[in-house]
Amino acid sequence: MALNTARRTGRRGPRRFTPRDLAVLGTLLGIPLLLDIVVIWGPTLASVALSFTSWDGIGEIRWVGTDNYANLFTGYPPFWPAARHNLLWLAFLGLVATPFGLLLAVLVDRGVRFSRFYQSTFYMPVVLSLAVVGFIAQLVFSRDQGALNAVLGDTGDPTDWLGDPDLNIWMVLLAAAWRHTGYVMILYLAGLKAVDPSLKEAAAIDGAGETQTFFRVVLPTLRPVNVIVGVITVIEALRAFDIVYAVNKGRNGLELLSVLVTDNIIGEAARIGFGSAIAVVLLTVSLGFVVTYLVQEIRGEKTR
Amino acid sequence: MAPSSFAGPSEPGSVAGHRISRRNVLRGAAAGAGAVTLPALLAACGGGPGGDGKTVTMGSNASDPVPRKAFAEAFGAYGKQSAEGRKVKVNTVDHNTFQENINRYLQGQPDDVFMWFAGYRMQFFAKKGLLHDISDLWAGYKGFSQALEDQSTGEDGKQYLTPYYYYPWAVFHRKSLFRERGYQAPGTLDEYVALAKRMQKDKLVPIAFCDKDGWPAMGTFDYINMRTNGYEFHKNLMAGEEAWNSRQVKEVFDTWRRLLPYCQPDANGRTWQEAATSLQKRQTGMAVFGLPHPGQQFPESEQQDLDFFPFPVINPEHGQDAVEAPIDGYLLAKKSRNLKNDKTMESAKDLLKWLATGEAEDIYLRHDPNNIAVSSEADTSGYTPLQRKAVELVSGAKQISQFLDRDTRPDFSSTVMIPAIQRFIGDPKDVDGLVNDIERQKKTVFASG
Repeated sequence: MALNTARRTGRRGPRRFTPRDLAVLGTLLGIPLLLDIVVIWGPTLASVALSFTSWDGIGEIRWVGTDNYANLFTGYPPFWPAARHNLLWLAFLGLVATPFGLLLAVLVDRGVRFSRFYQSTFYMPVVLSLAVVGFIAQLVFSRDQGALNAVLGDTGDPTDWLGDPDLNIWMVLLAAAWRHTGYVMILYLAGLKAVDPSLKEAAAIDGAGETQTFFRVVLPTLRPVNVIVGVITVIEALRAFDIVYAVNKGRNGLELLSVLVTDNIIGEAARIGFGSAIAVVLLTVSLGFVVTYLVQEIRGEKTR
Repeated sequence: MAPSSFAGPSEPGSVAGHRISRRNVLRGAAAGAGAVTLPALLAACGGGPGGDGKTVTMGSNASDPVPRKAFAEAFGAYGKQSAEGRKVKVNTVDHNTFQENINRYLQGQPDDVFMWFAGYRMQFFAKKGLLHDISDLWAGYKGFSQALEDQSTGEDGKQYLTPYYYYPWAVFHRKSLFRERGYQAPGTLDEYVALAKRMQKDKLVPIAFCDKDGWPAMGTFDYINMRTNGYEFHKNLMAGEEAWNSRQVKEVFDTWRRLLPYCQPDANGRTWQEAATSLQKRQTGMAVFGLPHPGQQFPESEQQDLDFFPFPVINPEHGQDAVEAPIDGYLLAKKSRNLKNDKTMESAKDLLKWLATGEAEDIYLRHDPNNIAVSSEADTSGYTPLQRKAVELVSGAKQISQFLDRDTRPDFSSTVMIPAIQRFIGDPKDVDGLVNDIERQKKTVFASG
């Protein structure tokens, strides 16, 4: 093969590029770089800049300094609940749904009876979009016509699962977790299948118990999967939107930062400056996770 | 492709890496090309045939099947009657999408004529210079009441909208239920409460109530406000000129709180369809709705059992003067390129002139009986009794309001008022805290220009 022969005959040391190489490299690096700047960095910086202005999308853009932020933190009642709900979402997915998905993966991997059936059943919700999950949640949890209240037979004073602001976030989290668990399960299942059985055998010979083998031997070898699952969990928690929007447009106990951004920016007379300020807050939170992740990765690579 | 240019002293792993990144580049380039061409394609759609001066493009938000078909009939009839061979080319967009994108739509490349709402929602865009003044056409319009003219007029005193139809809000109920139990339609708030108490004794939930969608409860707020403080106050309050923490607004919420024990509980978790169904199933006795709403949850055979009475009197000074009746109509988009052509402009104005006639409204309403015609010249002989009663209600109105979310800034209604009313429904006790919160947010929203 051309690749292999080229490598075998390849010279050691610094390599010179022909002008053609440079042109190809330049184009192929330049296009993604340009796209990166136009599609990602441009809008990001524009959002940051707009967050210091007042603009309705039609008229002039007025500079208002940090007014939007002051307003956001002190004069906008849905903001703090939204921030809390995003963190709750992260905690719930990270501490409940993800470990549960791992548990299911381990059980299925050990080959309980009908494991194929369970595998497909748990994976099924993953192919549904979150908006559809939201609609299903409404069919189940609706106070007057929902399946849950019909099953409970509570006709006198039925629980308002989706309308009670203290309760509805948990119902929605349950629905979101339903989908997330299947996703995590499938990822771990793939990882578990790839774990070398001889590792487990070696551990068993060394006298390790089953829990010990799992936590000391199997889980560490799953590190790449753990990282992916962690990243997915964080992304799912921060971008959560569809499901609450389908349920009640993200109001009355279901506020999320992403919904507030949409509410303020998209619409007839947009508060683009104010909405951008919320988006910047969301960006800052995401950056926190991104930076932590990158630092971890870079350190991991160095120690490896 | 020349793979040899990549064949440096690299590990097989990074060769694979190259391959992946190249695929990504191609995918990215395709997406990028899509992003570049998409607006151009959209623009091409919006532009439409510009040359002949006889085709008028129409931006329609009537995406539901019934109105969509009814509009198609009406525009078809226009083409047939036009001696000059003028015709309408309709671009229909999903109702909510149209609404959410209206801002960008009007600034970009809008259709010549588009469907929109009367009142503040129209004035907002008129003030931004995105609409064509049609005062010259209004001089020739016949059959429109003063209230209609007011709602079609911008803050500068010029007309911008050609109204087409509207639908009033009222308290709906089942005729048969009222007859069986001997209930009388209440005229005043006290009678309303007394009737509600009687219904409770009869094991009915008196008032169907819902606000999961965010807007249905606004109808009740508007009516209590206009019955208590009058239409002028409503208008000024919506325009941001009155304080939300004033005595008057607190009184509205206090009156509303008095009614809440008779309303369905947990309204924040109920859609308007579910509330209307409870009315149909005789679980509830009454409901504040617009004309098109309850009927959709009633089977064909029970349609004629639906009846309504106007929202009861609270303050005799204001009686039942005001009726909430959102008006839909047509406007000319200033940024439309075709309208720069005088011939197209003439055609568009000819279309509006025709749409303002009673005949044009008849054609529409024959296919969509959930609304009523705005023109007094429209033929009402084909109306259902309910439609006829609606005409009586609106034509007797001293003032016509649009609806909370149409009478004020859209950003105020959606980001402040919807959460505020839902908060009130969830916790009706803290009115002071609520109105202070609304007032504080109102100041920042209205200050943003």
